[in-house]
Amino acid sequence: MPKPKITPEVVKRVAKIARLELTSKEIKKFQKDLSEILTAFKELDKLNINKVEPSFHPMPVRDIFREDVPEVCLSQDKALSNTKHKEKGYFKGPRVV
Amino acid sequence: MAKYTMSVKEFLEESKKGNINFLDFASALLEEVERINKRFQLLREICDIRDRLYLRPPLNGLPISVKDCICVKGVQSCAGSKILEGYIPPFDATCVHRVKDQGATILGKTNQDEFGFGTFSTNSGYGIPKNPLDPLRSAGGSSGGAAGLVAALDFPHVALGESTGGSISAPAAFCGVVGITPTYGLVSRYGQIDYANSLDKIGVIGKTVNDCALILSIIAGKDEKDQTSIGEKKDYNKSIVTGSRSDQARATDLKGVKIAIPKEYFQNLDKEIEKEVWNAIKKMECNGATYEKISLKNTKYGVAAYYIIATAEASTNLAKYCGMRYGLHGKLEGNFNEYFSSVRTIGLTEEAKRRIILGTFTRMAGYRDAYYLKEMKVRTLIIQEHKKVFKNFDIIASPSMPIQPPKFKDIEKLKPVEHYQMDFLTIPPNLAGLPHLSIPVANKTPIGLHLTADHLEEDKLFKIGSVFEKIR
Repeated sequence: MPKPKITPEVVKRVAKIARLELTSKEIKKFQKDLSEILTAFKELDKLNINKVEPSFHPMPVRDIFREDVPEVCLSQDKALSNTKHKEKGYFKGPRVV
Repeated sequence: MAKYTMSVKEFLEESKKGNINFLDFASALLEEVERINKRFQLLREICDIRDRLYLRPPLNGLPISVKDCICVKGVQSCAGSKILEGYIPPFDATCVHRVKDQGATILGKTNQDEFGFGTFSTNSGYGIPKNPLDPLRSAGGSSGGAAGLVAALDFPHVALGESTGGSISAPAAFCGVVGITPTYGLVSRYGQIDYANSLDKIGVIGKTVNDCALILSIIAGKDEKDQTSIGEKKDYNKSIVTGSRSDQARATDLKGVKIAIPKEYFQNLDKEIEKEVWNAIKKMECNGATYEKISLKNTKYGVAAYYIIATAEASTNLAKYCGMRYGLHGKLEGNFNEYFSSVRTIGLTEEAKRRIILGTFTRMAGYRDAYYLKEMKVRTLIIQEHKKVFKNFDIIASPSMPIQPPKFKDIEKLKPVEHYQMDFLTIPPNLAGLPHLSIPVANKTPIGLHLTADHLEEDKLFKIGSVFEKIR
């Protein structure tokens, strides 16, 4: 499939999805870097690998099951021990809307 | 201090006999580590180990440093990133739990490229580790602090490192020490702050092959907390070929070992590296090994495949850092998106942002098949190609890095894509999840011989590596 050109708009859109605020200088820099990186990776386009199976892991991964018995888990205090934003035993987050 | 200048082996023997006063040892060690750290910035945090009262065999308090991306209970663990500043894990990673269980003492957290994003450890949020062999040069990355500390510290010590695309071999080579990156899944990743799940592997950096075998034997093995953990485990200490043998016996130590030399790995190299690695191969030949030149033609796609896969996975892994539950916090202002974006923008370095943007882009609707899925297929080709080689050969030999440790002022001039190309020798075994060992061609020399074996054949690497250590 045709690959898109990396424009400042593409970088802005991706940054928004990735929850990053970029300055106009950064947008320009990343546009150049990404274009160079993807151009350098164009060699891959020569490969015809439609019939090859993808390897999502280097080794076969099998599901692991354990007995369905309760185990000791992290206490509420410990789970909350790293946050500055907590209230009445809950994490406190920013407003939703 | 000089009384504690001893190998890990000597420390274990002496402590077993009760000849080590641990408080005295720990005080001298801390003093030395602080001195070294002022000079080379190898640790982000040093643990006060003097209060250890009870020493347990077999390691009897052996100091082990832990790469910053591996969680240690009660010790700040940041993966080199400001976005995790202040994070104190309430639990130990499985590998840390296992070494503690065997009596190790955790010495501190070693500096690294943020989340492993780099080849030179210049992308850390906590200063740049320097190479103890020459402080104007890089210690390699991303486990630069770990390899640097192994090189700089004359006390008995072993480092836990982590590799995604070469982060154990690169710094081990640059600092003139030994690094083992095991088969994917051999060591549990539970408690490791992820970079890329299908690539991350915890391994060991030490002064000798023996030190690496000792600690890998402890941390390897199944862990039900990690879905990708595999059950295989061997006593790698048994693979070590021990010393004081006659020249005649040594001359046949590698009899029957067949080495493959991929021509693609001997292109675009520093001339001295090329010469030294060939010398190393000839020395192994003199000890009974045979070698043959081969081709691994698909490895030329390795760098591209790796950076697409690794950044795609990293961009999802790093989505959880948003300033709410741990690490860097901001003032709770704005809505969800505004708050998360503001914390992430402050807490992540430029290289992390670049990789997140590249990874997010290649996973976007419409492009996933063209990029991410395609690279997973390239990985299949690279695995198959290696498996074919291992039908006829025991190991693959090459240099660990194409260049010697660069000066910091030269690293600054590299474009990101040139920076990524430096990994072309370490990426193929990492993509294929194959175990590999970097071992200096000579004592305290920043040139590594890279040996790669088939999946789960770490024992072969330790055997051949321990022989090479004696004949180099």
